[in-house]
Amino acid sequence: MAYQLLKFALRREYKEPRFFRDCQTPKKSYDAIIIGGGGHGLAAAYYLAKDHGITNVAVLERGYIGGGNTGRNTTIVRSNYLTPDGVNFYDASVKLFEGLSTELDINLFYSNRGHFTLAHSESAMRTMRWRAEVNKHVGVKSAVVGTDEIAKACPQLDLSCSGKAPIQGALFHEPGSIARHDAVAWGYARGADSMGVEIFQNTEVQSIDVRDGKVHGVQTNRGYIATGKVLSAVAGFTPRICKMVDLKTPIVIHPLQACVSEPMKPWLDTILVSGSLHVYVSQSSRGELVMGASLDPYEVHSTRSTFDFVEGLTSHIVDMFPFLSNVKIVRQWAGMADMTPDFAPIMGKTPIKGFYLDAGWGTWGFKATPVSGKTMAATMANDKAHELIHSFRLSRFEEYELTGEKGAASVGH
Amino acid sequence: MKLLNCPMNGLRPLGEFVFGGEHREMPDVATCTDQEWAAYVHYRDNAPGIKKEWWYHSPSGTWFIAERNTMTDEVLNTYLFGKGPKSDAQEPAL
Repeated sequence: MAYQLLKFALRREYKEPRFFRDCQTPKKSYDAIIIGGGGHGLAAAYYLAKDHGITNVAVLERGYIGGGNTGRNTTIVRSNYLTPDGVNFYDASVKLFEGLSTELDINLFYSNRGHFTLAHSESAMRTMRWRAEVNKHVGVKSAVVGTDEIAKACPQLDLSCSGKAPIQGALFHEPGSIARHDAVAWGYARGADSMGVEIFQNTEVQSIDVRDGKVHGVQTNRGYIATGKVLSAVAGFTPRICKMVDLKTPIVIHPLQACVSEPMKPWLDTILVSGSLHVYVSQSSRGELVMGASLDPYEVHSTRSTFDFVEGLTSHIVDMFPFLSNVKIVRQWAGMADMTPDFAPIMGKTPIKGFYLDAGWGTWGFKATPVSGKTMAATMANDKAHELIHSFRLSRFEEYELTGEKGAASVGH
Repeated sequence: MKLLNCPMNGLRPLGEFVFGGEHREMPDVATCTDQEWAAYVHYRDNAPGIKKEWWYHSPSGTWFIAERNTMTDEVLNTYLFGKGPKSDAQEPAL
């Protein structure tokens, strides 16, 4: 140890360790190309290599990895959804998340906090009971709790919400956690890179070569790349990619905003969500309160922020925690949420042979990062939808078989 | 504060308006196939660009059309349905 330290001290250069190779020139062809270097795309690349031995893969990222919705969400991981399909899917993701720091050998700051979804009305309590029963039925730890338990877990909370929306109870979800979101992307990138996957940043897909209903390659700003399999994992950019292959989807893009307060000493242990007040809040490991609200009310394809958002959100936060009225907001930002009509993702095969879709992640994408990567990798390797994602297929809309997932964030009931 | 021009009431704060989604041509219910109907109900022309959209001015109960760039959020024109400029001339009156 002492010798290594001495050797390190006497070194002339101190190179920053790279997480993945700095790829500049793509090969002429790959077995598979993944558009989008966010958590989902990088996880798919990782599991393609690890589970299926497909390592001749390129990940094409328009900006830098993890710079899209992966780095813009509020980092909550949970599985207390409403439909059995949703609960099973997100539960698989939570289980993968729990072992992910070890698997990727990177500290994800995965912090199990417990997650309360507050109910302010009798009808909200009914939905909580419904969700709790569905959750228990498929083996996920969720329970309806009274105000006494909420007060015990979070004594700072004003249970009457300044008299405006008295809390009647909550759905408590023990596995609810937060994690460092960009580290998830970086961990998957390093893992995929070490198995041979090439990651290209600043590489934009300009068109997709589809002939006779089959994918043949993609045109990028670094030239043409031939491939038979393309995965689109681009969240808010999905409509632009789908337009290249003339594929219709029901996705509508709404900005979803979030903000953080100045850092404070740790006081908020749990994750609190209120559907009625359109608020979710947790305290990060840096001490900042990470806060989000509902979607912006209309379609916009940009990541601009608005004052309306901070004004509305903070008024609700102060209803819940009056003592925060002097705390400052230090940052706000937005991501482009690709919303679907039934609040479930669109995953799997498409009518175009070799074109796979991992989209419709709206407000629920980060928590699904590991399982979406795993199931999309299996879907691409076998050219057959993984059983966990069968009900999320694109054709469900034409078949009138929507999932009716109402456990998604910021969805009123 | 962002303002939107209601064709009946003039410039009003955006908070008074409700977004009604993009304007779409409804297929003939009597003759269209299930697939055509599903496409009408669910699928959207969702790539960014200049769109014709339905907006609703809530205090006065006015539905109208706005032509808006969904990339930059600039509103180019607002008018009552069927009373728009040239491209809108063929729209049937309600």
